[in-house]
Amino acid sequence: MQAFTIMTGLVAPLDRVNVDTDQIIPKQFLKTIKRTGLREGLFYDWRKQKDGSQDPAFFLNQPRFQGATILLTRDNFGCGSSREHAPWALLDQGFRCVIASSFADIFYNNCFQNGMLPVVLKADEVLAMMKGVLATPGYQLTVDLGSQTVTAPDGTRSHFEIDPFRKDCLYRGLDAIGLTLQHEAAIAAYETRRKAEAPWLFTDLRPNPGRA
Amino acid sequence: MAAQTLFEKIWESHVVRAEPDGTTLLYVDRQLVHEVTSPQAFEGLKLSGRRPRRPGATLAVPDHNVPTTDRTLGIADPLSAKQIRTLEENCRDFGITLFGMNDIRQGVVHIIGPEQGFTLPGTTIVCGDSHTSTHGAFGALAFGIGTSEVEHVLATQCLVQKRPKNMEVRVDGMLSELCSAKDVILAIIGKIGTAGGTGYVIEYTGSAIRALSMEGRMTLCNMSIEGGARAGMVAPDEKTVAYIKGRPLAPKEELFEQAVQAWQQLKTDSNATYDMTVTMRAEDIAPQVSWGTNPGMVTGIDQRVPDPRTITDENQRQATERALEYMGLIPNMPMTDIKIDTVFIGSCTNSRIEDLRLAANLAKGKSVATGVRAMVVPGSGLVKQQAEQEGLDRLFKEAGFEWREAGCSMCLAMNADVLQPGERCASTSNRNFEGRQGAGGRTHLVSPAMAVAAAVEGHFVDIRTWT
Repeated sequence: MQAFTIMTGLVAPLDRVNVDTDQIIPKQFLKTIKRTGLREGLFYDWRKQKDGSQDPAFFLNQPRFQGATILLTRDNFGCGSSREHAPWALLDQGFRCVIASSFADIFYNNCFQNGMLPVVLKADEVLAMMKGVLATPGYQLTVDLGSQTVTAPDGTRSHFEIDPFRKDCLYRGLDAIGLTLQHEAAIAAYETRRKAEAPWLFTDLRPNPGRA
Repeated sequence: MAAQTLFEKIWESHVVRAEPDGTTLLYVDRQLVHEVTSPQAFEGLKLSGRRPRRPGATLAVPDHNVPTTDRTLGIADPLSAKQIRTLEENCRDFGITLFGMNDIRQGVVHIIGPEQGFTLPGTTIVCGDSHTSTHGAFGALAFGIGTSEVEHVLATQCLVQKRPKNMEVRVDGMLSELCSAKDVILAIIGKIGTAGGTGYVIEYTGSAIRALSMEGRMTLCNMSIEGGARAGMVAPDEKTVAYIKGRPLAPKEELFEQAVQAWQQLKTDSNATYDMTVTMRAEDIAPQVSWGTNPGMVTGIDQRVPDPRTITDENQRQATERALEYMGLIPNMPMTDIKIDTVFIGSCTNSRIEDLRLAANLAKGKSVATGVRAMVVPGSGLVKQQAEQEGLDRLFKEAGFEWREAGCSMCLAMNADVLQPGERCASTSNRNFEGRQGAGGRTHLVSPAMAVAAAVEGHFVDIRTWT
């Protein structure tokens, strides 16, 4: 997984609350068996006008936000379905960081699996940045995972919280599965203990367990 | 030992180890797999040369993409066909049990888990699907995960988790006749909002919850995620045990007796505390209909479409205006004036035999209104078979409903069952997001009873007074 340490990037604004993963990437793009190439589906329905043409007002279609690497949005971003295609599509578009006043749990978690940083800031901090982005062409933010800060062009610095374990994994770009497998002995010990307590949980459910 | 909630008991019995900051390696007893969120997980295993730790703890089924029409014709969409073929190949390569598209046991992943006895009290259950919360109805800790975590669980049988907070939602009293679990959960989400449960696991308690059947509890827990909570649960009781007994994958004989003894401990201790409690009276819950573009935008059938001008919060007002524009609704119009052209009875929320029995008996001797297309999609092949043995299919068909094969169908419209732009659907599913049932489609979430009444009348009616 790609490490995330510090980045300075162009910010794109999505000034809406409760953006669900069906909007981030609609179902017709979930038929892929790959993680890449999902940019085409990103905010697919919102990018278009009723007649099917591209909506020039939607932020992703505006020349000034091309090349943005930070998405700024509002409350409860990523609610709904667990589809990891949502962070994959954002990543494929070039976003490495999403800043919001709150996130839905599953989306928040999925970001970390893909080297993306979801940052929770206070609603008034997001509002100030939203005003800044809309008023200032080329508005950039610096996101520093090490110091857990977001710095605006005027030098205003906002602090964000993150679990130390998650921070460390993202900062070092660690392979989550590899990390868990280092605890193989603990997993095996748990299984032995649990099997004695609750043997019905360890029945092999396959019709022909020996064959695989 | 300190008093514990049901959630705390299940959590603690699954801790493999914990980091200093509380991050926990949590053991996963069982995983369900479907075709949409698993291909990249299996690809990851292949690329890293890893094997599933316990293939015998995993069950796979295609459901999102499957056609609900004649399956002997195959799948017209080549992408859908490829995704299902990929699941079949992966299950074969990794030795995982698959209920294929033409297996009678095939169905919506959250219907078949309980149906097969795969879902058990006190277990941790995950699936790459947010409606995994359904299985909490059995007193399990069940939640949706992303594809990277699907791979993680296949490889390690564990997940890295931070312990969530615990919310009690207590509903006491008696529901009025024909008000159902669906109305209860919609009313709860209407009260707490779509993010009200974020960061929490919900335990549903109270006399109205105890009175629900297992099917009703599944409907309730299913939509926990629509209130932001990854998991919802109901403590197991004698109904739970009776439901599980004798199912194909449930423990048998002495193991079953031993399990039942352990399950009796699975309840919140009387002096345990929750991080938050929300209470409701069952008598106050009217049949619910959603009017907006998230499940929190919902009201009673005896109410009116909200008026944004009366909303003081700027964010809320804008969101309401935007939702009403998308939904094509006029502020202050009575909910009963909303006309529909499509009815969908199905999904992991409401496609179990009990749902179909109730719906079929309400449809008996009636006719779907002119200009309305109504379809019934059973939750599994076995639900369909049972319904046909009881003659429910005949009641539906005589009333003008289409009777389909099992699958997710129009809940998310990944197969051919799609709303056209502007079409308005009374749906027993769980999400009314923009475009959820088809780009430009308009979804109103309701119970099966309300869906049948809307199909017959062509608009929403109050089921309590419908004749």
